[in-house]
Amino acid sequence: MKYDSIIIGGGLSGLTAGIRLVSAGKKVAIITSGQSALHFSSGSMSLLNRIDGRQVCDPLQAIATLPPSHPYQKIGVGNIHDFAAEATMILRRAGLDVEGSPEAHRYCLTPFGVWQPAWLTVKDIASCSHPSRCTWRKAAIVNFKGYLDFHPGYLADGLATAGIASESYEIELPQLAALRKSCSGMRAASMARILEGKAVSDLAQAIRKIKSDADVLLLPAVVGLRSDAPANLLASLVDITVRYVPVIPMSVTGVRAEFLMRRRFESLGGAYFLGDSVNKGNFENNRLISVNTVNLGETPLRADEFLIATGSFFSQGLVAKPDAVIEPVFGLDVVQSEKRTSRCDIDFFAPQPYMRFGVVTDSRFRVSRNGSVVTNLRAVGSILSGADSLNEGSGAGIALLTAVAAARQILQ
Amino acid sequence: MEYQVKNISRDNFEQCIKCTICTVYCPVLSVNPLYPGPKQAGPDGERYRLKAPEFYDKALKMCLNCKRCEVACPSGVRIGDIIQNARIRYDRHPVSLRDRMLASTDEMGAVATKIAPVVNTMLRLGPVKTLMHHIVGIDSRRTFPAYASQTFEHWMNSGAPDQNPFRRQVSYFHGCYVNYNNPALGRDFVTLMNAIGYGVRLLEHERCCGVAKIANRLIGQARRDAEKNLHAIRNSVADGRIVLGTSSTCIFTMRDEYPHILHLDNHDVRDSILLATRFIHQLVDAGNVRLVFRREWKKRVAYHVPCHMQRMGWAVHSLELLKMIPGLELIPIEPGCCGISGTYGFKKENYATSQAVGAELFDSIRGAGVDIVASDCETCKWQIEMSAGVPVENPVSILASALDIDATRRANDI
Repeated sequence: MKYDSIIIGGGLSGLTAGIRLVSAGKKVAIITSGQSALHFSSGSMSLLNRIDGRQVCDPLQAIATLPPSHPYQKIGVGNIHDFAAEATMILRRAGLDVEGSPEAHRYCLTPFGVWQPAWLTVKDIASCSHPSRCTWRKAAIVNFKGYLDFHPGYLADGLATAGIASESYEIELPQLAALRKSCSGMRAASMARILEGKAVSDLAQAIRKIKSDADVLLLPAVVGLRSDAPANLLASLVDITVRYVPVIPMSVTGVRAEFLMRRRFESLGGAYFLGDSVNKGNFENNRLISVNTVNLGETPLRADEFLIATGSFFSQGLVAKPDAVIEPVFGLDVVQSEKRTSRCDIDFFAPQPYMRFGVVTDSRFRVSRNGSVVTNLRAVGSILSGADSLNEGSGAGIALLTAVAAARQILQ
Repeated sequence: MEYQVKNISRDNFEQCIKCTICTVYCPVLSVNPLYPGPKQAGPDGERYRLKAPEFYDKALKMCLNCKRCEVACPSGVRIGDIIQNARIRYDRHPVSLRDRMLASTDEMGAVATKIAPVVNTMLRLGPVKTLMHHIVGIDSRRTFPAYASQTFEHWMNSGAPDQNPFRRQVSYFHGCYVNYNNPALGRDFVTLMNAIGYGVRLLEHERCCGVAKIANRLIGQARRDAEKNLHAIRNSVADGRIVLGTSSTCIFTMRDEYPHILHLDNHDVRDSILLATRFIHQLVDAGNVRLVFRREWKKRVAYHVPCHMQRMGWAVHSLELLKMIPGLELIPIEPGCCGISGTYGFKKENYATSQAVGAELFDSIRGAGVDIVASDCETCKWQIEMSAGVPVENPVSILASALDIDATRRANDI
């Protein structure tokens, strides 16, 4: 089978590049081994929150000070603004209603009550332009009876740091009672499946009964597995502003993001191979001609251009072996420490050297193999070397912007 | 490197990183919170069961064996296999008469086809259904597939066109359903293969693939059938005939459940056991075969991906072939399990779960306004026809019906 472009990896970066390419009329396939790390996304995406442990106030300005090996520098500082706007449009057109701009952070309330900076947030996630300028005076924190992955106490402390008073309430919905029959039943995704239609009306009724002078109501983000329709329905049925606070994963907002992006990609004509893995690349003269997969066996998938978006260690885009860190699909060249002992810092909380490991790419994200550039294989997202996304708070930004950059290069 | 290999167990349960992604995609857990879910029933539970068999939870029989957990798993854990193997290893309850009857598709079919009109009438009668519901435990709301009066094998041996003139030959694993219930699909397969220049042979002494016996823990019988099938497949492959099937579940079972559940080594012939649509699509894709379709054939079709087809990752082959039919308008529907899972949905204790699992799919199909649903699995067909009221055809039958046979033969110099 022949495609214009084949993308290996179906997470945030792979889906973004896929949607961008298929929107431009290309024939595109995504091959993904299982569901992606988007399932752990809170629904807020950061561009750049910290450099060397210092908070960043103006992400665009800060990006200009990053070293040349950083993925943002390869995109080109001058391009960040435009590409960010394009990535935002891709998410919105997929049905993920995000807000924010690269010029200034928004601040989102985490499950532990910390105000975390973000570039984009899904609109009904609890966030504000800055904790010190939050317009809320008082919040009503509402949990569902029996739900243990949501901690109003932490949230109350976090709200207090922004000068916001709060009260906690608990709602018991009969529809959720069935889930409590099993010790693992009250999970975010299972609750979201129930919290639709009539259950949302009942929830609205229970909310209306709360007598509070609060101006915002905070619920755990357990509503809307496949769309924001249930949240919109609830908003239309109550007088108070409702905002959602991320919970311990599985993240309903993250599942929704992946579902919507996959549906967008497929509805535009993209082919999505779920649960399959590339196990062989066929190279000729520093070009990747085709790949073979576990499920399709000897049937090769051919393409003119390839993207590898298989992620970092978590998604096994990188694998740490005793003697080396490898890229397991094609054996691409990997930036890493010379000695195994210097992969990690013994201080757990210190920046970890292995976080900056990743595949070698040239200025156009083209990977290299045995020291030679592969001219039609680009890497995007967290498989790239040169960024410590955990300490920088840059993972989602790099995933989205490198995907847009690589897609544009392919389309040029 | 070496120590890593030695640390991976047979069903690789220790590769689970406890991410819980599988729990989002389990069709049973979505509708029945009493089921522990794939993570707990699979890799989590396995740790305990290895310590003491008493930790076995009888709720594991609620698993559909749909393998959607394995498709969703980012760590490649064979969650479905862990659950099925635990049921086989630890469930000590004797297999009921009802489960033996449901699992014995071959034996029941052989008898029923001889008196098909009687059996078909009986299975539709209210009082018979009520008796079966209360005494045997087969749900009275379930529609039984009708039996044919003549088996496919009989037709192949007496009524089929001569297969000898074809230079290239394949063997056909027809499965119980084609043999006893729907020989027309088998005839469509022969038509299609003949049109592209392939003769079709039966395997010597084909037995049921074993999927129903595996699901009902009749492992000894399943293994004996599987050994006979592997023997026949090896002979066929040695004679230069690869083995094609039209049922995604039969093919999946022989390729993957034989080694993973029945622990029978099939690596020498696994690549020679294929779904017909994969084989044909590969030929077309490589430019070795051309299909010519009738211009006047026009239908609105939705393609439903059966769970085992999803697990094999071969839906693309059926879909790409269907897309080649000029008059076929492909209507997208929500992907998902139909809920029947072979014999599972026939059992009265599972009926409600079975219908709840498929509810979203049925709504999606009813809303799509299609003439037919295409699907590679016979039990999906029974479930969708009964529950969504839309006829379901195997892609092979759709291809055969839309094919311009003479033009196709000419295009391939037959």
